[in-house]
Amino acid sequence: MTNKAPTKLDFPASLIKHDYEEMLFMRIFEEKCQFAFRNGKAGGYLHLYVGMEPLATGWLNSIRKGYDYVITAYRDHGHALVLGSDPLAVMCEILGRKGGLSNGKGGSMHLYDAEHQLYGGWGIVGAHTALGLGLAFAAKYRGEDRVTLCYLGDGAANAGIFYESLNMAGLWDLPIIYIIENNYFAMGTRLEYHAADTNLSKRGYPFGIESEQLDSMDVMEVRKDAARIIEMVRKEQKPYLVEALTYRFVGHGAADNSQELYRTKEEVAKARKRDPIHLLHDVILEHNILTQGELEALEEKFRAEVDEIYAKAEASPHPDPEDVYTNVYTDISPEVGH
Amino acid sequence: MSVMIYRDAIRQALIEELDRDDNVFLIGEDIGRYQGTFRVTQGLYEKYGSRRVVDTPITEPAIVGLANGAAMAGLRPVVEMMTMSFSILALDQIINHSAKIHYMSDGQLKVPLVIRGPGGAANQLSAQHSHSIEGWYAHVPGLKVVAPSTPDCAKGLLKAAIRDDNPVIFTENPGLYGLKSEVNDDPNYVIPFGKARVAREGKDISLIAYSRMLHVCEAVAEKLEADGISAEVIDVRCLKPLDTETIFASVRKTHRAAVVYEDWKFGGFGGEIASQISEECFDDLDAPVLRVGGLNVPMPYSRVLELECIPEVQDVLATLKKIL
Repeated sequence: MTNKAPTKLDFPASLIKHDYEEMLFMRIFEEKCQFAFRNGKAGGYLHLYVGMEPLATGWLNSIRKGYDYVITAYRDHGHALVLGSDPLAVMCEILGRKGGLSNGKGGSMHLYDAEHQLYGGWGIVGAHTALGLGLAFAAKYRGEDRVTLCYLGDGAANAGIFYESLNMAGLWDLPIIYIIENNYFAMGTRLEYHAADTNLSKRGYPFGIESEQLDSMDVMEVRKDAARIIEMVRKEQKPYLVEALTYRFVGHGAADNSQELYRTKEEVAKARKRDPIHLLHDVILEHNILTQGELEALEEKFRAEVDEIYAKAEASPHPDPEDVYTNVYTDISPEVGH
Repeated sequence: MSVMIYRDAIRQALIEELDRDDNVFLIGEDIGRYQGTFRVTQGLYEKYGSRRVVDTPITEPAIVGLANGAAMAGLRPVVEMMTMSFSILALDQIINHSAKIHYMSDGQLKVPLVIRGPGGAANQLSAQHSHSIEGWYAHVPGLKVVAPSTPDCAKGLLKAAIRDDNPVIFTENPGLYGLKSEVNDDPNYVIPFGKARVAREGKDISLIAYSRMLHVCEAVAEKLEADGISAEVIDVRCLKPLDTETIFASVRKTHRAAVVYEDWKFGGFGGEIASQISEECFDDLDAPVLRVGGLNVPMPYSRVLELECIPEVQDVLATLKKIL
């Protein structure tokens, strides 16, 4: 028993349960991706969203899904799942199979889902911030009230093209929200070793872009911030910049075995005390939204679901060799042969 | 038909496509209020306004990035590069993004984008503004590359480029902007990609070129005719897709071929044409396929040295002596 007064809930129990389920599913999905990579079933580069789940759940449930534009970098599995992509199609893509979002041509870093307005999935750090600008430009050009969410990392916040994009966003009042996911590491380089001013929220200032720094480990807080900012950008038709303070509990990529080169185990353990899923877990118990038994059953259910998705993906066919030539162009084939 | 200069033919194509489709917009540096550095877009800002003719900061990577994003969302951007030399700043966007988006999304997204502007040497623009880099782009799967040599080709091919659902690099040689000849007025007139043009028929040798070098080859053909040699001149027009059929048919008729290009000779696009001819027409050839290209040096400022670098009639004739 505790004498502590229960925290006040700003959202209905059903929404809290939804967000918990979504983030837990994402976490288990990502752990399975790590497993796939370690077992040689997924190749290339693979980046997990473990610890950063509120940024997908909080923001993407606050937009008009299927209408507003979303674009991110290579740590993109969570965005696809929250936007409504079929988890099997996501897993197939990560395993490079037919039935993947791009039938195995994109891979983990390049998830696109046009139906759900997910525009990638990009691997050149910072470069997609200009693509996001173009999405926002198109919305404004057509007089639509779509908002574009463009996620980027703290490392990308140093790229020149990001500043070029901020300048044009500010110059033309484009309705885009740049969300800098500051997880404190540009791959293996700590924030204070890569940023002249570690307050990344200031990066919008020179371009007249309203900006703020937001703690982003508590999904309920993220939701509140997201709803407020999205509404404002949609209404006022101007850009906004958010520095979202977050933390990745796992390596930069699934192959990152050198975390001790840039952070201590103690630092990670300390950060994990604010694991966004645990934070919500506690709220759920405190407010009797679910019982401990129900929470355990939920986790078991998701593990079984993800196991099944993985098994199906692994049983899915590889692309046919002749698929290599399709969709290089919309209308012609490239030259054939070696 | 009406007679107009190359620059005006390009502008006419832009006007017709702006009128035809509201999704088409022009974007670039100094293209609006300043009327375009080479005056290609003269009068368009006044006619269409700042929504359709967008003046940008000097920011090539983000201009192309913006255009890529807008194209993914269904618009049809036409980017002007003040010179194609500046597109080097945007190589990541063009090569890593424009060219890859359709493939990486396995057809979910399209990039109906045109990047156009002057490419090649003009008049003492020196080392940083004189590049002929169409061959770099032709090397990249996912891009189409066009290099028109006449006002009519410029108009017909630019309209095709704007209507194309793929990223197109459209290079205009600055030395051609003032070239005057007949142009098809029909607003529905487009020249399909991948069709070379037989600019002059002949039977003794095939001279293969694109853009300004086409005119050098035509002058060479005149000289050769005076010596009793009949040269066929092929205007490639489109580097990608490349009309090898027309090129091979010509070589099978003449049994000799030379490719003439303004780009650096070493590793330039002419080498690709030459090697394709060698692979496919070996039994038809009576002589090795020759290349005539730009000198392998950065473009110097001095007019004397600049002219030394660019292939001219005498350079082509001197090279052809090896096989004629």
